[in-house]
Amino acid sequence: MRFVDEYRDAGKARALAASIAALCEPGRSYTFMEVCGGHTHTIYKHGLEDYLPECVTLVHGPGCPVCVIPMGRVDDAIHLASRPEVIMTSFGDMMRVPGGRGSFLDAKAAGADIRMVYSPLDALRIAEREPGRQVVFMGIGFETTAPSTAMTVLRAEAAGIRNFSVFCNHVTILPAIKAILDSPDLRLDGFIGPGHVSTVIGCEPYRFIARDYGRPLVVAGFEPLDLLQSIHMLLVQLAEGRADVENQYGRVVPWHGNAKALDVIGATMEPRPYFEWRGLGFISHSALRLRDAYAGFDAERVFDVPGGRVADPKACQCGEVLKGVLKPWECKVFGTACTPETPIGTCMVSSEGACAAYYNFGRFTRERVREATR
Amino acid sequence: MNLREEQVLERIDRARARKPRVREEHITLAHGAGGKATRTLIEAVFLEEFANPLLDPLDDAARFTVNGGDLAFTTDSSVVAPLFFPGGDIGDLAVNGTVNDLAVSGATPLHLTAGFILEEGFPVADLRRVTASMRRAAEAAGVDIVAGDTKVVQRGKADGCYINTAGVGLVHAPPSGDLRPGDAVLVTGPIGEHGVTIMLARGELDLHADLASDTAPLNSLLADLRDACPGAIRKMRDATRGGVATVLNEMASGAGLAVVVDEDAVPVRPAVRGACELLGIDPLYVACEGRAVVVLAPDAVDAALAALRSHPLGADAAVIGRVREDPPGLVLLRTSFGGTRVVDLLVGDPLPRIC
Amino acid sequence: MCLAIPGEIIEIPPDRPALATVEVSGVRRAVNIGLLEGEGLAAGDWILIHVGFALSRIDEDEARATLRLLEGLGDAFDDEIDALRESRIG
Repeated sequence: MRFVDEYRDAGKARALAASIAALCEPGRSYTFMEVCGGHTHTIYKHGLEDYLPECVTLVHGPGCPVCVIPMGRVDDAIHLASRPEVIMTSFGDMMRVPGGRGSFLDAKAAGADIRMVYSPLDALRIAEREPGRQVVFMGIGFETTAPSTAMTVLRAEAAGIRNFSVFCNHVTILPAIKAILDSPDLRLDGFIGPGHVSTVIGCEPYRFIARDYGRPLVVAGFEPLDLLQSIHMLLVQLAEGRADVENQYGRVVPWHGNAKALDVIGATMEPRPYFEWRGLGFISHSALRLRDAYAGFDAERVFDVPGGRVADPKACQCGEVLKGVLKPWECKVFGTACTPETPIGTCMVSSEGACAAYYNFGRFTRERVREATR
Repeated sequence: MNLREEQVLERIDRARARKPRVREEHITLAHGAGGKATRTLIEAVFLEEFANPLLDPLDDAARFTVNGGDLAFTTDSSVVAPLFFPGGDIGDLAVNGTVNDLAVSGATPLHLTAGFILEEGFPVADLRRVTASMRRAAEAAGVDIVAGDTKVVQRGKADGCYINTAGVGLVHAPPSGDLRPGDAVLVTGPIGEHGVTIMLARGELDLHADLASDTAPLNSLLADLRDACPGAIRKMRDATRGGVATVLNEMASGAGLAVVVDEDAVPVRPAVRGACELLGIDPLYVACEGRAVVVLAPDAVDAALAALRSHPLGADAAVIGRVREDPPGLVLLRTSFGGTRVVDLLVGDPLPRIC
Repeated sequence: MCLAIPGEIIEIPPDRPALATVEVSGVRRAVNIGLLEGEGLAAGDWILIHVGFALSRIDEDEARATLRLLEGLGDAFDDEIDALRESRIG
């Protein structure tokens, strides 16, 4: 596959790993956060950490848009989906995410009409085909995905499709990064920036991270060599005493992003005053809702949504795990109240979350796994 | 590792060792997907009531002796939407499912039964299409359908047509069943074609590719294999729901050994890979309906590959990994990129993801 | 967070110019290219696809540049590091 396979070459990875090791100062350790859940997936899928020296630690950030949806919003969505006239449409990711009273899969089993779609346009097509039903699209995702929802709303308006609405849970990445940076016990040396978010917002908005917080950020692609190269670029910056925003993913990310995508978001959506993130609590201006002009497409206004809130148990220390302050096993509820079958925080919801991964495989150290595959 | 971390890990291990419980109040699709949820349902509900020495190993077929004859006996139900798809239909799936469960148990399939649950309003012409393809599949596998049953349910109570088949076979040389460190792990062909074909054929994803289901009877292929390396076969499974990853996990945990798979060696057709990359799913978890995973003694590999590759269904057979001693119960993947990762059991179906 | 993958534009139907047929390793889908309006996309161009929309056009020169950089790593980066070390010692 072009633009994919070239960036998965083991030979180049070995050369890059040697350069990375050589860049690390003896006795110093480096902690980088990959903000984006897609990067976490790449790291896991390709076994990327095998190429990193012991002194480089990757902390998995908050950028998994389904994992950060608070339980109350999932319950609200299920409430909507349970109305007889509603067809709830959702990306596959969302199906297993638990709310206070089960997941979409459970609701589907109990009789709700919930259908998986690949694109919000597919949801709109269902609305066209079934004019007697109300089709609600569960809008999730960061700035990468919000333009697609926005385009679909615009299309619905232009085509006069009135039985379509969006339950908008789109979130924005910068306030979440800022919340992490503002943590008093931050232990991060730099950020691997979210490549696909940046195709939309560009690289400029990350400036404050370098300027105000003195941390380097490298916008990175999603193939394993992209990530290794980005780590290399971060180490070079640290070695040179710099903190800049750099773009490793130039083949896809234009420095100034995608103006049209930002326009359609701006035309249809506005920031919410605040939004709750699973594990991180309330973060101001960290999510989007539909503008008044599009109220007719806003499921929260078309229907009566209870707006229930399920408080994260106090003992959940997801925020600390996300910030790299605590290891999963140091969290008070890890492995007791919070398990992969009954996840509390975002780190346990996704199978690649730090806590879920540790729960399943913590007893198999990397050395033991490496030894077995030699 | 410090003391507290060790205590936490021990607590997890104790929790895992406990008998699985079904937490859900309702059956969900995950319970039918072949992964962790299916396993839990079988152990916590079915084994709870039905446990007996023939069932307990949870093999593809039960093996027992009647009047000196070694028999294998199994059953398989087919529920698929759409009923007709590139490469096959529910009819040949139903026949091949039971034939393959018998074949991987080391048996020559003899006779099948077929039970139909039909929805009021189901077109007779479609039923004829299905039965014609069952006849062809039975002929290809060398079996007869010798008994049957029909029930019709009200419109809306079923999705057109469901088929259950059961079958008996005569066991010749059953796999020895004991995996050993050093054993080779083979697949008999490219993986994931059936699952991806069905996903695309449903039309919801609006993806199009030149792909066909791999549904096929494996008995003649596996008979050739058995003749080529007598006594060397440890275990065979057909990689249906949950795909190759699930089969390997069951083998590894059953044997208390590790399986290490080489990602580069796993045969995957380009369009299967393309669809999987687009949807964010891993071909190792995607269902096949005509592929077997075979574990055999290392010195039999050449003979086994030669036999498989000279059969039309085994042209792309490949050694994909090895059995190792440590870490027990785990399936590890050496990735094309040169890293390693654990290949876990899935909780439910592999769902398309956006993140 | 966002699964997006490169695909090649096979066709842009003149009657529906916002909907391109795109191929990824033998798999085809109609992809909305409305977010790349004015980029003059044509068959043969590669785009990044996310949930049925094209988010960005893949810059083949940049892609080659990244690969060249990676290819040069074995030697060039080692030299760089040596230089860096020396400058630190100095």
